[in-house]
Amino acid sequence: MDTGQKKNAPRSSVANSPASVARRKFINSVAAAAGGGCLLALGASLYSRSASALPAQALRPPGALPEADFLAACVRCGLCVRDCPYDTLKLSDLGAPVPTGTPYFHARSVPCEMCEDIPCVKACPTGALDPALTDINQARMGLAALIDHETCLNFLGLRCDVCYRVCPVIDKAITLETQHNPRSDRHAMLLPTVHSDACTGCGKCEKSCVLPEPAIKVFPRPLAQGALPEHYRKGWEEKARHGGSLIGDQVEMPIRGFEGSTAGRSATEAAVAPVTPAPDLPATPAVPVAPAPKGPSGLNSHWKP
Amino acid sequence: MAATTLSSRKTIRPVTPCAPERSLWQRQRFLILRRVSQILILLAFLSGPWFGVWIAKGNLSSSMTLGVLPLTDPLLLLQTLVTGHVPYATALIGAAIVLLFYLLVGGRVFCSWVCPVNGVTDAAAWTRRRLGIKTGRVPDANTRYWLLGMLLVASALTGTLVWEWVNPVSLLHRSLIFGMSGGLFVIGGIFIYDVFMASRGWCGHLCPMGAFYSLLGKKALVRVSAPNRKACDDCMDCFAVCPEPQVIRPALKAVGQSHPLILASDCTTCGRCIDVCDKQVFKMTHRFDQRSE
Repeated sequence: MDTGQKKNAPRSSVANSPASVARRKFINSVAAAAGGGCLLALGASLYSRSASALPAQALRPPGALPEADFLAACVRCGLCVRDCPYDTLKLSDLGAPVPTGTPYFHARSVPCEMCEDIPCVKACPTGALDPALTDINQARMGLAALIDHETCLNFLGLRCDVCYRVCPVIDKAITLETQHNPRSDRHAMLLPTVHSDACTGCGKCEKSCVLPEPAIKVFPRPLAQGALPEHYRKGWEEKARHGGSLIGDQVEMPIRGFEGSTAGRSATEAAVAPVTPAPDLPATPAVPVAPAPKGPSGLNSHWKP
Repeated sequence: MAATTLSSRKTIRPVTPCAPERSLWQRQRFLILRRVSQILILLAFLSGPWFGVWIAKGNLSSSMTLGVLPLTDPLLLLQTLVTGHVPYATALIGAAIVLLFYLLVGGRVFCSWVCPVNGVTDAAAWTRRRLGIKTGRVPDANTRYWLLGMLLVASALTGTLVWEWVNPVSLLHRSLIFGMSGGLFVIGGIFIYDVFMASRGWCGHLCPMGAFYSLLGKKALVRVSAPNRKACDDCMDCFAVCPEPQVIRPALKAVGQSHPLILASDCTTCGRCIDVCDKQVFKMTHRFDQRSE
């Protein structure tokens, strides 16, 4: 579009004028400052994003907001740590898997003693630990899960019960559920069972598990818990609430070959836990089914979650 | 500190016979006072864990002094607000107290009298001067303001306190008070950066907290002035020692202003210029004191 003549002319007159040089310098410096500032902020954002995930064994103090809100609200001052009388809470160091400077605890090291006056929540200046929490039994720091059924002594048929005994919400958060011991065929197993509606996640069960590596562990709730789709309804609950089936009587279909074993079971029960036909098993009307080598073990469970 | 480098220069300077020899206290007054202030603030937090005497709990991000005085870093609170979280009253009151104090007294008074990083970057600047290092390239001084703006934007977009993952100021203070090592690595990095790569690089060019306090201090009361500027013999000691040397010229050389007050809010009111000036040109005063001798 242009030749050298026109290019040269403005360079000598306008481009090197003091105003133009100053403008160029200004634009350069603004660009450098803006670029540098944006780059640093971007770097910090990316790092914070990559380091935001809470590791499985780190638990937040009682009353902590849901993790995303907590990370917006917590100013990392450590006042909760200072007011924790049992040195349960720690502040995360840079490079630790827990977001820098935020409070957490490891149940296996020092569990939460569940102080009745909840000093950590009172100390929090920002409400990252929700001041609405006044009853420590309503705290939901995590959820205990008996994750290892192979090493838990009660599952091996012994009466350890330690996690059950130390639970501050005993008989509500952890119960012992009796179950037939199929190995000896003459004993009961008392299985420690955690109930999510009462477990505070204090971690005393994990702390006191007698095994070198605990069979019961406490995890942040989103990690330990599944969730039913919101539109799911439990038929038996709806039935109990409304005093009868909402969809009328069901046609009860005979299960051929197992008429004896399904006799007496209601339609809904049969629907919830359908009998898996074991082809090599003869139809026996006796209730305590002799344990077949690979038979369905949940059949005779007294499990009531 | 800087006296050793300056003494070598003093031999070149014409010696004025009437200049009285100043004592060590006179030559290091503000430096000593500032270090005492910084250490006392640290001790207020450390007396609890060390001796069981609790004066201040928490850290510079948010603290509770003697169980009655809440203090919260206003910049941190601002970041919390832009993420959408409305903090509990204690933090709001604490931030209001801090905000009011620095609005009145002087924004960057925080940097030179409170901030724990100040000692580190002062040591880096001293090392750089002593070793005569001229290498590196300083970033634009406005980078800090952009960083301040961008990290607020980033906090709003990500819904989390982005800067607190890496903020060297709170990292160092937290590390010192809670006995952690992580912050010391970042601080080591800043020291190396300031010594070899950029003179006064962190505090003077990058730190968004400094930028925030600088904005707070636009109308601050406590200011350094150069009332005795006609006695200046251009030894450049004040320029050499000043963490923000660009703020001196308008006051000392009456460039663009007639009064001798250093009104630029980048001035950290550290008083080092008062310390090093043999002619006693500078003094600490208030912003309405426009007298010059």
